[in-house]
Formats: sequence, C-alpha cells, structure tokens
Amino acid sequence: MEVDCKVVCNSLIVRMTGEIDMLVAERLREYIDSRLKDHKIQTLILNLEKITFIDSSGLGVIIGRYKKMSARKGKMYIVGAKKSVEQILFFSGINKLIPMCKNEQEIFNS
Amino acid sequence: MIIKNYVKFEFFSRPENVAFARASVAAFAAQMNCTLSDIDEIKLVISEAVSNCIIHAYDNKPNEKIVVTVSLGYDSDLELAIEDFGKGISDIQQAIQPSFSSDDTRMGMGFTFMHSFMDHVEVKSALGDGTVVRMKRRFACIAEAADA
Repeated sequence: MEVDCKVVCNSLIVRMTGEIDMLVAERLREYIDSRLKDHKIQTLILNLEKITFIDSSGLGVIIGRYKKMSARKGKMYIVGAKKSVEQILFFSGINKLIPMCKNEQEIFNS
Repeated sequence: MIIKNYVKFEFFSRPENVAFARASVAAFAAQMNCTLSDIDEIKLVISEAVSNCIIHAYDNKPNEKIVVTVSLGYDSDLELAIEDFGKGISDIQQAIQPSFSSDDTRMGMGFTFMHSFMDHVEVKSALGDGTVVRMKRRFACIAEAADA
C-alpha cells in the first residue's frame, strides 16, 4: 500500500493505493494520526479510489479515525470506493456514519 | 462433496502472508466458473480467517504454522479450511458475535463476514491445541461456453 496526503483549507485528504489489511493497517493508522495532531484540521477525507481490497483491519482504521474526528467535532468523508470495497463498507454499516462521495470535488462544492 | 481438485499450503503466521494467502486461494478458486465478485468475497473471508490466526491464535508471534486447504467440487462448490495450532478459543459463541473483538483496533467483523459470504461456517477449537475454521459455499455457475 502507498499513502500520500495533502491539506486543503483545514481538510486533510489522504490518498491510498493498493490493499488495506493487517500488514498495513498499523502504518496507515500512525500516518493519519500523526497528521491529525494538527488540530486546525476539521475535515478528514479518505480517498479510496485506488484501493482494491479492504478487510476488517482496514475498517478498524476507518472507524478509529471517525471516532477521533467526532471527538473534535470534525467531519469525515470517504471518496471514490470501488464496487468491491463499497460492498464491504456498506456491509459494515460504515456508510451510515461516514458520508460516501464519488470524488473529492463533490465535497468542496457542497 | 466429491473433490475435483484441491490445494493445501502452509506458511508462517506473518502479516505479509495474509495477502499471499488470499491471492493464492483466489487464483486457485478462479478455476470455478464464478464471478469476480465471488472471488472478492473469497479473498475477504480468507483474509479474515488468516488474520484471526495471527492475531488471536498466536498473539502476533510470527513463526507459527497456519495451514490452508482449498477444495473444489464438481458442482461449483468450494470448501476452505484454515487451521492453526495456537491457543484456541474458549468461547466460540462469543468469538463469532459481530463486533466482539479481543483486539479493539480491528472491527470485530471477521466471523460476520465469513457467515455472510459463505453458506456454511464451522469452527472447531480446543484450548491449547488450536482452531480449524471450515467454510463451504456453492456458487451459481456461469454457463460454460461449450454449453451455449
């Protein structure tokens, strides 16, 4: 898995490529959390466009970051999940907590 | 189930082997005429079961043995067995509950996924001896080209 991020107007956009399982979950968690230490960040956007696989280790990372963002009364979005990944997110009920968008632009336009 | 083909492999309980296990099982299961979405679901259940062995059965000890057996039947049916020789599960009913996890960094949905995407899931465990998870599924067959 590769991960990259940028900050746009107090939003942290995290873009990932590859597969999220237990091998990379810890690294991803640490990566995102180190960037969330900047308390000006009020919105977390996870771009999953290039993620081809996720399991419950990956879902755990997403739920954990959702709890963090909720604690600081921030927002969180999931962007661009492929059908196979989307199925898992729907199945876990994460879509009821975190809005899912087609692309990043959709969030900034709203 | 009358077995048409099977593969059995074992590997160390290392996180890097989870991707290897699911990719290998997916490649083997692709012999069946199932859909890509079926293959994605097989990958998910293997990933969950193997992760469980590493995290729960072996407490992340990296050099323990995990054995995966994949059997294909004549009727588009698949059987998976994931076996470890770790600490065993003391309360199977509790372990398979959604969002019960003895590790709060994961989502506790492993067994829920297995039950949802497979037709049959059986867990056998003995404290101190290990655990075997056996799962079965019959796929809706895609018509073979020769039949068309």
